[in-house]
This record gives sequence, C-alpha cells and structure tokens, in this order.
Amino acid sequence: MKRLFQTLKGLWSLIVGLKITGVELFKPWITVHYPRQEVDNLAGYRGHIELMPATDDPLTPRCIMCWKCVEICPSRCISLRMHATGEEPGAAAADPGLLLAPEVKSPYSAHLAPPPDKIERVLDSYRLNYSLCSLCGLCVQSCPVDAIRFSRNSYLVGTTRQNFDLDLLARLRNPVDASQRHNNRPQA
Amino acid sequence: MIAELTALLSHPLGQMIAALAAVMAFLAVNGLVLLYAERKVAGFIQRRPGPYEVGPHGLLQPFADAGKLISKQLVTPMGADRLLFWLAPLLSLAPVVVCFLPIPFSPVLTGMNINLGLLLILAFSGLNTLALCLAGWGSNNKYSLLGAARAVAQSVAYEIPLLLAVLAVAFQVGSLDLSAIAAPQTKGLLSWNVFVQPLAFVIFFISAVAETNRAPFDLPEAESELTAGFHTEYSGMGFGIFFLAEYSYMVVVCAVATALFLGGWDGPVFPGPWWFLGKVFALVFALMWFRWTFPRVRFDQLLNVCWKWLIPLGLANLAATAFLVKWVR
Repeated sequence: MKRLFQTLKGLWSLIVGLKITGVELFKPWITVHYPRQEVDNLAGYRGHIELMPATDDPLTPRCIMCWKCVEICPSRCISLRMHATGEEPGAAAADPGLLLAPEVKSPYSAHLAPPPDKIERVLDSYRLNYSLCSLCGLCVQSCPVDAIRFSRNSYLVGTTRQNFDLDLLARLRNPVDASQRHNNRPQA
Repeated sequence: MIAELTALLSHPLGQMIAALAAVMAFLAVNGLVLLYAERKVAGFIQRRPGPYEVGPHGLLQPFADAGKLISKQLVTPMGADRLLFWLAPLLSLAPVVVCFLPIPFSPVLTGMNINLGLLLILAFSGLNTLALCLAGWGSNNKYSLLGAARAVAQSVAYEIPLLLAVLAVAFQVGSLDLSAIAAPQTKGLLSWNVFVQPLAFVIFFISAVAETNRAPFDLPEAESELTAGFHTEYSGMGFGIFFLAEYSYMVVVCAVATALFLGGWDGPVFPGPWWFLGKVFALVFALMWFRWTFPRVRFDQLLNVCWKWLIPLGLANLAATAFLVKWVR
C-alpha cells in the first residue's frame, strides 16, 4: 500500500515536471543574441588587467614602476620598460631599485600615487602576455598605489597568440577603442 | 495521360508504388521539420532562441545540417565489419517506409488497405532493433556494443507491454486493420479509445517512447556513459540515416497511437487528414517535451518499470478487456 502511494506520488512528480517545463516554454528568452546585443551585467567580471589613469590626467598611468607586479606574478606574464627622467627612452636598462624615490614607500604606502615630480622614471611600455595569465589577481593586490585593476573586456577574441600580448599603456592612452582592442600596437 | 495515370493508380501495385514514393518524400521533409522543431523546443524550454542565425529564425538550419551530413566522407572504422556496418543504417531506415503504408490518414488516404496493418507495423518496426544490434556489432567499438546490447534488451522488454496495449484495443474492435480500428472512433470525442482504454493508452505511449529510444529511455545512445552508444562510429550520412530513422519511427508510433486511441481522422471543420497529422505532431511534440523534461533513467529502473509495472498492468488490462468483450456480447 505504501509502495503504491509512493508510485502514485512519483507519477505525480512527472506531471509537475512537465508543468514546469511547459510553463518555461512560453516565457521570454533570457539569453541575448551576442553579436547584435551584449550583456550589461559585467560589474563583477574579471577580465585581463588594465592600467588605472592618474587622478588628474586620464592619459598618464598611475603606475610608479616599483616592479612589484612583475616580481609577484607567478606566470611571469607582465613586463615593463621605463627610463629615468631626462634620459633617452631605452638608453640604459636601469636597475629598478635604484630608481625608487625615497618618498615612495612600497609596498603599502597609503595606496596613493606620489606627486609626479617625485617619480624619476617614465613608463615606456607595460605589456601583459595574457596567454600566460591565470587571472590570480596577485598583481592587483600587491600594487601599492592601486594602479592596476581588472578590465571588463569580456569579448577578447584573437586568431593568433600575438593577439593576446597586450600593450596596456597603449590601451590606456587610446580609450576610444580600448574595449575593442584585440591587436597590439607595435612597440614604440 | 490522366486516364492512364488513373488506371495505373487504381492498380494495387501502382497504388503501392505511388504510396511508397509519397512516404519517402514525406519522411525527408519530416526529418527536416522535426530536426528544426526539436531544437526550437529545446531552446524555448531552456529559455533561449534555439537555431537563429541560418535564415530567418534559423529556418534554413536543417538544410545546412543536412548538407553537412551528406557532404561528409563515409568513414569505416578499422577492424569493423564493412558489410554489417553499412547495412545497419539502411536496415534501420528502410522498414519505416513500409510502416507508413497501412496508416490511415483518412478512409481514402491510406497507402495500402490490408486487414493486418497493425501486425505489419509491429513486425517491420521490430527490424530496427536488429539494425541497432548490427550497428553495435559491426562497429568494433565497446561503446557501440554496449549500446546495442542495451537496445536489444530494452526493445525486447518493451515490445511486450506495447503488444499487450495494442492487443486490448484489437480485442475491443475485433480487427487488426488500422482503418477499422479508427472508424468507430469518429462518433465524437467520447468515442475515442483514449477514454475507453486510458490505461492501454498510457502503457502504449510509455512503451512507444522506449521503443523509439527517446529520452528518458535513450539508454542505447546515452551520451554521458557510452559516447553515442550504437552510433558512436558513424559520421556523415551513416549517422544521418539513423537520425532520420529515429524521427520517422517517432512519427510512426505517434500515428499508430492516433489511429488506435485518438480517433484517427476524427475532428470538426477541417478535412480528416489534417486532423490526423495535427494529432500525430501533437504527440511528437509531447515526446520532445518529455525529452527536455525528464532525466534519463538507469538501466535497472528502465527494466523494472517494464517488468514490474507495465507488463502486469497490461496483462490485467487485457484480461479485463477480454472479459468485458465476452460478457457484453
């Protein structure tokens, strides 16, 4: 008797299931047609990293070239080049430690960018090899001045490996096509 | 010219050939339509658009799929039995054409009037099991073989309740001719057999889902366990023919269910054949609805449902029908 009751209950559950899918059948779609529409819920999306602009100048990176992100990256996918103020770009492979201004106390110096005159270096390029990146976020965490953040570039597509060698400085300086940037600019 | 054609069609052989040609054309169109319909139903149940990019609302998608399948190279796996491997898809599809002949779309629109139509359909649809068995055996692949073993066990088991359900209706009418079974049901909705024999209808439909290897009884091709089951090694048109056969068998069982239980061509306003087709495709839709609702059963559950529930219930239903028929007469 109990078994019969359970069987009837089971049969009823089949009808309940049919009712659920039957109702869903007539509800509107909840997906979007990607090439024509894009989703707008990317607030928490962690794309590749991007450089944050300085508070007073949107074209200058906040980066102080302290090398923390390069050193902490477990995948070794960040590389940056710089030169000391007053020198020619790429003149000497300067030791980053020697270039640190004394006022800039890394790593946890109040998360503020130092005044520009204290930075005695100029950033030449900031490159991310995204094909190696595992999005662990250690660079974002370790940056003393919050100069790196995750982008919301969820539509990154490329046909060659070189498409994922991203020049983040060029991306910062060219915000118009920053969201569509798939290709890299040739190195300056 | 017209007189000659009429004479040709009035000859039984000419009529049969014309019916076979019509059935083949119908099967091809039916395959394309159901391919599209299934993907749209799946999409809508999962609240996405389904095929959308090829043609307006994806209407040309089945043609693209068919074109791809037809143009692919026919590959025979190493160590496979060439003859059995390529015989299997043909053996799967060919009997379906015969199965359509005795189906009464209307009293006039019937491919072949024979008084054993039901038996003919049951006999020829049984060949599908053999086709799946050959496909599994000829592929030289363990997944295929396991799929084929499942297909045979499942088909053999579910043929019994299917026959018991059909037999109850045949007892009641006293005929195996589908037209003769459908004809008494045309006296309004309540004369339909589904209201006279509700249990037989339920048993028939569940067994039909299992016989056509549709979800939730699609164990012969359970992709999460057996890659693709019996058709693992088939690509291109080998797979395409199995696919076409599956959709054709869906229409066959739904047409038999319509003729046996749902009043055949009975319905107001529109001509009979349209009603028949409408009922058939409503049942096909139900099969798709089942597929996207119920999870696949385990193999022991599948056989338990058959041996412990459907067969005893079918036997009881048959005994009660036989008793009533004898007693009422």
